[in-house]
Amino acid sequence: MQYNTDNQGRRGFLVRATQALSALIGGALGIPAFVYLFTPAKSHSTGGWVDAGDISQLKLNAPEELPFRRVRMDGWKIITEKSTAWVVRLSEKEVVAYTPQCTHLGCAYHWEESKGQFLCPCHTSNFSIDGKVLNGPAPRPLDRYLVKVDGTRLLIGPEQSKTKGA
Amino acid sequence: MRTILDWLEDRTGAPSAIQHFLDEEIPASAGWHQVFGSVAMFLFITQAFTGIMLALNYAPTPGEAYNSLRYIMTELTGGALIRGLHHWGASMMVIIVVLHMVQVFLWGAYKKPREATWMMGVILLLVTLAFALTGYLLPWDNRAYWGTVVTTQISASAPGAGPYVLRLMGAENGVGVVTFARFYAVHVLVLPPLTMLLILLHVYLVRRHGVAPAPGDELKPKQKFYPRQVFKDTAAISLAFIVLFSLAVIAKAPLGRLADPTDTTFIPRPEWYFLFLFQLLKYCEGPLEILASVVLPTLGVGLLFLVPFLDRAPVIRVTKRTTAFAIVILAAITWTGLTTAAVRSTPPEAFAADREGPMEWRDLTPEELAGVAYFKSESCGTCHTLGLRQEDKPGPNLGAGGAARDAAWMIAHFKQPASMVPGSQMPSVSLSDSQLNAMAAFLLKLTPQNAMKMQDIPQYVLEGAALYQKNRCNMCHQVNGVGMKSGPPLNGLAHRRDATWVKGHFLDPQKFTKDSMMPAYPFTAQQNETITKYLLSLP
Repeated sequence: MQYNTDNQGRRGFLVRATQALSALIGGALGIPAFVYLFTPAKSHSTGGWVDAGDISQLKLNAPEELPFRRVRMDGWKIITEKSTAWVVRLSEKEVVAYTPQCTHLGCAYHWEESKGQFLCPCHTSNFSIDGKVLNGPAPRPLDRYLVKVDGTRLLIGPEQSKTKGA
Repeated sequence: MRTILDWLEDRTGAPSAIQHFLDEEIPASAGWHQVFGSVAMFLFITQAFTGIMLALNYAPTPGEAYNSLRYIMTELTGGALIRGLHHWGASMMVIIVVLHMVQVFLWGAYKKPREATWMMGVILLLVTLAFALTGYLLPWDNRAYWGTVVTTQISASAPGAGPYVLRLMGAENGVGVVTFARFYAVHVLVLPPLTMLLILLHVYLVRRHGVAPAPGDELKPKQKFYPRQVFKDTAAISLAFIVLFSLAVIAKAPLGRLADPTDTTFIPRPEWYFLFLFQLLKYCEGPLEILASVVLPTLGVGLLFLVPFLDRAPVIRVTKRTTAFAIVILAAITWTGLTTAAVRSTPPEAFAADREGPMEWRDLTPEELAGVAYFKSESCGTCHTLGLRQEDKPGPNLGAGGAARDAAWMIAHFKQPASMVPGSQMPSVSLSDSQLNAMAAFLLKLTPQNAMKMQDIPQYVLEGAALYQKNRCNMCHQVNGVGMKSGPPLNGLAHRRDATWVKGHFLDPQKFTKDSMMPAYPFTAQQNETITKYLLSLP
């Protein structure tokens, strides 16, 4: 069989041009897709301070789980969801609010009255009343919300930056 | 590298299979006129890719579809581009598939032994149109909704099969959640694998019979598919891609208002490539309607399908195929004529309104809109945020949907803030009672969902509504069902009067309507312009 063969130089040019054009198209589709998937949405912040209730009855060193409602951006929706915080009055002046998830893998922990510790049932991490890790796999102390006290009302803000810890 | 290739060759045989594919022998006459099939395949792959990207952030239910698509287009980086590529890619796909068919038709490449390849191609054309039809509903804006209502009604008119087709589309009781689910399922679950299978068969048949030769090719040496024809295909693909990408960047893919089944002002129009059918439907009234809606399209597809059997003459040179050229030109003229007529008969706002984006403000009464105007003129935004944008401002965020107060509380608070909230640093608002009322009315309408959008209301709307409110137009007229009825309601005014009429009417009502009870309003030219523009934009 006889073929209409191109000379080597022309053939090489065609091959390289085909490859270059394919790469350009791939990039023009791939880069926007990458940015689209890995860039956070433009408005994603949550609401400001939320009232979590009266803390005048809160006893010293007796943690209580207080429920509150918070407004949050969930994709294209603004949702109000129920949330809780473990609130402890550490001294007359200092009140802290821990986020209700264990810092290990996010299980809900609880206050073990008899031991005077926070206990996570999933992998038995224990935390002291001031949030420090006593034992178990938890990598850092309990995370905290920013708090403000307005008279007898406790106002809960966004979560404190995790790197600072307790 | 070598060893990996060897291993792949030994275990899978893939490299030599690819080599075999690239080394396909094609006739000497093959060239630029045969690139359309590859471009169509490329566009299908692009549609699949951008479609998957969209699906990763899209919620396919009528309740969520519109908002999630808006989120993709406004909140996600690159989202508008990806939707643009998918939107314009759909149109381009139709164009390229048709061009592909025209080329094959003109060159007579459907003739023996390639009849089945052609018929498979006709099915692929139908599949492409089915993609377009089902995808049209998915943005769930007015365009999508009303366009699909008309489509389902046309299908319902098919003799005999009508009710069954309607049931299959889940549209027996109107276009709703079931219709949406069916269209989405067909668009993403049924059509893509079907298309892939058909393309595979189509390409298999092309390989089986070889690329159609032109007369005289037998005498010339054959060429290989790679690299010359592959380069031509790639160059054509690149050109198509540049056009597509530019469209996606420059022309914003439309997303109109959220679908509103009660919106009687919307003028439904199908996508441009279906406009000719729409126009045809207009010419056939009464008993003839069935002709345009069912008979002619079915006949057209049937004829197209049977082309290889209607023309069994041997292959001749493309330049000598005068009948084929005449048919294509005739079809093109008919299509262009019908489409132009349809575009001409479309009021400009049917297209324009589509591109202005959502207009939530249209649901607000003039009083509420005036409230927004006062909110802005009193610079309330200096201390208060609307919506969720986290900004450090001294006053509470009014759009967070927190503590809801009633109007009486708000008005008392506007007048003497500290009397309602002890220790409040807010200065009292010095507006009249009716203005405070308007502001309270607006704040009561505020939800976390609409707060952000409230900030984007055009200025002429706010000023026009404030003028409307100040001159107490509501004592005689109704807008959105609020106000008295002694004068005509003002919604849809644009369908009855033009700007010159409205402006002149304000200055001297009796000149235009002899027995009008309306007093003259000596607006300045600027004021007259603003309030007229506002009134004419009412739905």
